[in-house]
Amino acid sequence: MALLEIRDLQAEVDGKEILKGINLTVEAGEVHAVMGPNGSGKSTLSYVLAGREGYEVTGGEVLYDGENLLDLEPEERACEGLFLAFQYPVEIPGVAGTTFLRHALNAKRKYHGEDEYDAMEFVKFVRAKAKSLNLSDDMLKRPVNVGFSGGEKKRNETLQMAVLEPRLAVLDETDSGLDIDALKVVADGVNALRAPDRAMVVITHYQRLLDYVVPDKVHVMANGRIVKSGDKSLALELEERGYAHLLDAAA
Amino acid sequence: MSAATTDTLQILLAAGPGPGVGPLHDLRDAGRAALAKTGLPGRKTEIWKYTRLKALDGVAWTGPDARPEIDGDWIDAQAGFRDAWRIVLVNGRFDAGLSRLTDLPSAARIAPLPEAAGAHGAVAAALGQLANAERFPMVALNAACLEDGVAIGVEERALLEKPIHVVSITAPGAQPVAAHPRLLIRIGAGAQATLLESHLHLGDGAPAFTNAVLEIIVGEGARLGHYRIHDGPENALFVATTAVSVAGGAQYDAFALNIGAGLARNESMYKLDGERAEIAVNGAYLGVGGAHIDNTTFIDHARPNCQSQETFNGVLSDHARGVFQGKILVRPDAQNTDGHQMHKALLLSGKAEVDAKPELEIYADDVRCGHGATIGALDADQLFYLRARGVDEQAARALLIEAFLLDTVERIQDLAVREAFAEALTGRLRALQSSLAHGEAA
Ligand SMILES: Nc1ncnc2c1ncn2[C@@H]1O[C@H](COP(=O)(O)OP(=O)(O)OP(=O)(O)O)[C@@H](O)[C@H]1O
Ligand SMILES: [Mg+2]
Repeated sequence: MALLEIRDLQAEVDGKEILKGINLTVEAGEVHAVMGPNGSGKSTLSYVLAGREGYEVTGGEVLYDGENLLDLEPEERACEGLFLAFQYPVEIPGVAGTTFLRHALNAKRKYHGEDEYDAMEFVKFVRAKAKSLNLSDDMLKRPVNVGFSGGEKKRNETLQMAVLEPRLAVLDETDSGLDIDALKVVADGVNALRAPDRAMVVITHYQRLLDYVVPDKVHVMANGRIVKSGDKSLALELEERGYAHLLDAAA
Repeated sequence: MSAATTDTLQILLAAGPGPGVGPLHDLRDAGRAALAKTGLPGRKTEIWKYTRLKALDGVAWTGPDARPEIDGDWIDAQAGFRDAWRIVLVNGRFDAGLSRLTDLPSAARIAPLPEAAGAHGAVAAALGQLANAERFPMVALNAACLEDGVAIGVEERALLEKPIHVVSITAPGAQPVAAHPRLLIRIGAGAQATLLESHLHLGDGAPAFTNAVLEIIVGEGARLGHYRIHDGPENALFVATTAVSVAGGAQYDAFALNIGAGLARNESMYKLDGERAEIAVNGAYLGVGGAHIDNTTFIDHARPNCQSQETFNGVLSDHARGVFQGKILVRPDAQNTDGHQMHKALLLSGKAEVDAKPELEIYADDVRCGHGATIGALDADQLFYLRARGVDEQAARALLIEAFLLDTVERIQDLAVREAFAEALTGRLRALQSSLAHGEAA
């Protein structure tokens, strides 16, 4: 059974149809890259998977580990192991990163019947995680994402992902706006999570992340549909030729 | 004045000590005279436009005599700050037995108001100067009913190592009680002190009306931290009028936390009365059920080179109502003034309401002044971000509400007070968590 199976998924936002029949199957152990021009619906797909309000599914279904994902509340999806690294991570003034992440981790632990971490245990756990990724946990002392640079926000998403150890991670342009070192950090974070029982969907515009995180499959999304799928060579081809020829063919 | 409020005034005055004699009788007479002219605040009183004292009507108010037993443990538990000099007022009367003033240094003088006014001309002369009975009807009512209270004096250059904690308890016995606590605080030049105020209620359900007046004189170069917390049940009416003058080079840091379920009005006047005076007056409020919480402030920049900063955040749920009226006056003389004001309200229900009225009146030309106000619901993006990380909706809402309120608590300069206020607030939020969980995000 596939870890994620999206069948003919259609969704609209504010009455506008954005996803027009997405089909995508991700097996456990795989990394899939999703590419495609601006506005093609990649983030919309990620929000629909995460359960954001206002993204109305009008057709199709999504099976996660064989269960109907769309029936679950966003927090239940997260506790079941779905993680969305946001394209635009949200600032939360007044909530320290540690508090935020401890709530998140403990919610998940509680959901699975495990003991919640107290503040000390949590700090230890996070510090070890951060260290293994060459990340500093300093940013957790600050309010969540407030005043963070673009790259810092993406590092923060990566650290959260490492701490929450998702089974299915959807990374929405986590590589955008990163310098070379930060790109390595994100790539290491993704690779560290790679395991036979886990999977990743990496939304990206650039081949360079895929040099580090080699995908099993690459998909091209355009106008709310997946118009082409292939292996890692597809990403290289797109880098060279752009999307135009694909869009013409799809139209 | 309507017939109902006329009757109410008579009932309240009859519950007071009457004209009588004693060192405070001048003040009482002046209060009565002022009230005879103005009456209680009503519909036509502009500054009381959003807050009505209708709940005062039709209640058989009595004076401070009848009160339940109060023990020190209850106060410890309710008011905290065990390591402070404690002044306890019950229904406006100083209670020496419950107060804890042993080892008070001689540089600090704390005495019942009648005694202090009788013994020290300066006390008698200062009373009623900042809080003017002719201009403020609630001050007039306090004066007209005045029989006790406390005078606090801190000598020049004294550094008090512990806070002075005023615990004012309004405690109706079987009868509704009207209390008029009165405080006069004088901080000498160069002195440093912290003044805490806890306004508490104790009773079995009879209505309680508290009408407090504080006059605070902060001397040149002095520093005063002044932090108030108010809590009370649904049928409690709380009015506090605070008038502060801050002399040159002095710093005054204030915070007002309101978590009561009834009606609360904090009306505060701050006069920056010497060059380079600095004030920070902040606050937070949490209104649930039918609470009505009014913060009305007037910041008077009377001299050049002064700074004022004011931030209030409020959360209102159910059909609670908030009022924020903030006026900043910059007089012609007050060049190089910095004055900033912000009020933010979070409405958790469609029936909650807030009236915000910021006002700048500027007569000097070299000023940096600004005010801002926002009113809104919880941020939907923030809620989703938390939920997408596994935090359930109720906990996510609670976390955001707490962060919103703690944002102003963070401004309290005194670390111990900051922590204690944060704890009072988070404790209350936790107790209310399920009732704050409903409502819609923006
Ligand atoms: N609230 C909305 N109302 C109407 N249209 C919307 C709304 N939100 C998104 N869209 C539209 O949906 C389309 C898909 O947007 P989406 O953010 O999913 O694209 P994307 O593929 O992630 O683009 P990018 O590569 O720029 O991140 C866009 O045309 C966008 O304008
Ligand atoms: Mg996008």
